[in-house]
Amino acid sequence: MADATDSSDPVDALLATVDDGDVAFDGLRLEPVADGDDGRFALETPTLDRSTFGRSELRDVLETVEEYVTNWYYWQGDVGGEGTARRAFLRWCERAPVVGEAVTAPSAETTLEANRTARETANGTAPETTAEADQSLQVPQRQDALRDGIDREWGQLCITARFVDVDEPDGVRVYDLWHVDDADSDVADLEVYDDPRTAREIATTDEDGRYRPLKTAPTLPSGWAFTGLSGDELVETVGSVYPATIANWHRERLGELDVDHWLETAERQTGIYDVVDELPRDAVEWMADACCVDSQCLRRREWEYEEGDELDVDGGDGPFPCREPCSLVVAAARKWAILESETERTYELELTTSEFNQLGELIDAVAEGRTDEIREADLGDGANRYRARYLRAKRFDDDGLEARKRPEEY
Amino acid sequence: MQALVVAAHGSHLNPDASDPTYAHADAIRETGAFDEVREAFWKEEPHFREVIRTLESEEVFVVPLFISEGYFTEQVIPRELRLEGWDPEQWDSDGTSATEVTLSVGDANKTVHYCGPVGTHDAMTDVIVGRAERVTEDPDVGEGFGLAVVGHGTERNENSAKAIEYHTDRIRERDRFDEVQALFMDEEPEVDDVTDFFESEDVVVVPLFVADGYHTQEDIPEDMGLTDDFRLGWDVPAAVDGHRIWYAGAVGTEDLMADVVLERAADAGAELGDAIEIVRAGAGGSVTEPADVDGTAGTTKTGD
Repeated sequence: MADATDSSDPVDALLATVDDGDVAFDGLRLEPVADGDDGRFALETPTLDRSTFGRSELRDVLETVEEYVTNWYYWQGDVGGEGTARRAFLRWCERAPVVGEAVTAPSAETTLEANRTARETANGTAPETTAEADQSLQVPQRQDALRDGIDREWGQLCITARFVDVDEPDGVRVYDLWHVDDADSDVADLEVYDDPRTAREIATTDEDGRYRPLKTAPTLPSGWAFTGLSGDELVETVGSVYPATIANWHRERLGELDVDHWLETAERQTGIYDVVDELPRDAVEWMADACCVDSQCLRRREWEYEEGDELDVDGGDGPFPCREPCSLVVAAARKWAILESETERTYELELTTSEFNQLGELIDAVAEGRTDEIREADLGDGANRYRARYLRAKRFDDDGLEARKRPEEY
Repeated sequence: MQALVVAAHGSHLNPDASDPTYAHADAIRETGAFDEVREAFWKEEPHFREVIRTLESEEVFVVPLFISEGYFTEQVIPRELRLEGWDPEQWDSDGTSATEVTLSVGDANKTVHYCGPVGTHDAMTDVIVGRAERVTEDPDVGEGFGLAVVGHGTERNENSAKAIEYHTDRIRERDRFDEVQALFMDEEPEVDDVTDFFESEDVVVVPLFVADGYHTQEDIPEDMGLTDDFRLGWDVPAAVDGHRIWYAGAVGTEDLMADVVLERAADAGAELGDAIEIVRAGAGGSVTEPADVDGTAGTTKTGD
């Protein structure tokens, strides 16, 4: 990855690089000046007006803007990957300007600088300013913040970017990762890991040991931490917990997210899923309400019924987008497509008012996943197990709930 | 840069279904032959649909961890990967001879080498034999033994049976086992009647499945009469109608499967260095031991 730098010393590396052409990165501008053959260079940072120096004095001057040099070295040497989702995500982690993001503006001048940086990062693509409130930090601000650690949230993950060497930062960052619920925990109380593959196992089951087929369900167990990860390791770990979220987030930032709406995805299906495009429009709405809201999935739903026909259900607020109905939704849609092909009937049955209300409470408790929380002796809760057993004993016959169909010939 | 994608079915219901996929991908990661190695699934994440975009490599080798050419390898995976201009005819296969097609994809600027499934590769024959060696704990197993290769089989797709028969024929030609027979769950000859097809007292039964699950841990053991209830487990070997049945469990859990994945990628032009040698040298076990018969492994029915 060290395409920008062959030298292990940031200043040497920068001097070697500028011999090949201009350097412009995160506010640092250094370029050869074509006024004779004495090897003069023009240097500029947001805090240093453009001045020219000979090669011998340049080295000393660069020491005074060391934070810009080590910052350049980390991003161009260690991270590399210009234009990749990996790089954009790591920059987001420390609130560095990322393509498509607004920048904190101490002055108009630095905003211009940051925007210019963003443009360069995007290989000439003009930045698209988003309405997102998380504003980026310039190098000096980041320098301070990285000593303490910069925290960001990604679904149920809390990520901290920090300098390896806090006293004399050399630009090298490491990353810590844990569950948002553990943000205030002492690391000593957590299981600490450093192998990204461990994240795969952590993300496989929930707190109760049940399989999590949907990786972005808000059921990630807590109690663990990864510490001292490299940038690559962080991206790999996040990719195990929330696969493909970084890639789609990056595409969205570039304005290139390829959304497949419900009908496109449904009509593409074959085999046993061929039926899903028969799911009625209303049922798609109910399905999104059942499966895709924030309480069930942390991805922010960007797909609609079809282009120009939006679903009423809220898409959610997550940082990473959902670009098409997932395999779980497609599998669920198959079930509902089959169930929705049945004809509605009228049933007549005897229930007290409380029993009727209890049916609602039961459905609600299951839908909210709170049956485990209902206390054994809480007979006041309609979804209490004894209450449910009593209702079954009273109102069920051998075929289930006792009721008469109307009309009877059905 | 070159990347490997191991494309597998996965499951919404059973977390064990993807264990072999991860294990083989990890073994390949260890060799360092690919800049990136990624698992992708039909029923888990990342989905086939979104795996290509997670890669930085321009050159991507996709190896389906499936047993036969058919619905998944010909329709589902190419469609979900957005392989441009894909047509099963491009494999020019007789049902077991697909190797590789080079195509572009609709959602990224990359070259994808779409490989034939692992199940039909010649190297798979060695994995089946290796599985028989492991379950009998005899590296020279053959003489005095019958070998049954068991497949799902389906009337809907003749290639499903072809893959099983292909390896059965190849093992028979080696003249190592006294008898070699292909058996199926859903078509004749059926695995239920396994003892009818062998004179040998000892019969090794190797299911040509990618992962242990409902079929290999519930259906087949009960259908063969190894046990009345899969939850109670079974003996290896188990006595059935005067025969000793050495039931091996899914061949896909064998370490050597990583070698087959690599062979597929190598056939498609991947530069592997000494990765194949490393994987072969390291293959000395399986994701789940064939003797793991306490009935607790993979007992949940996988979804489609």
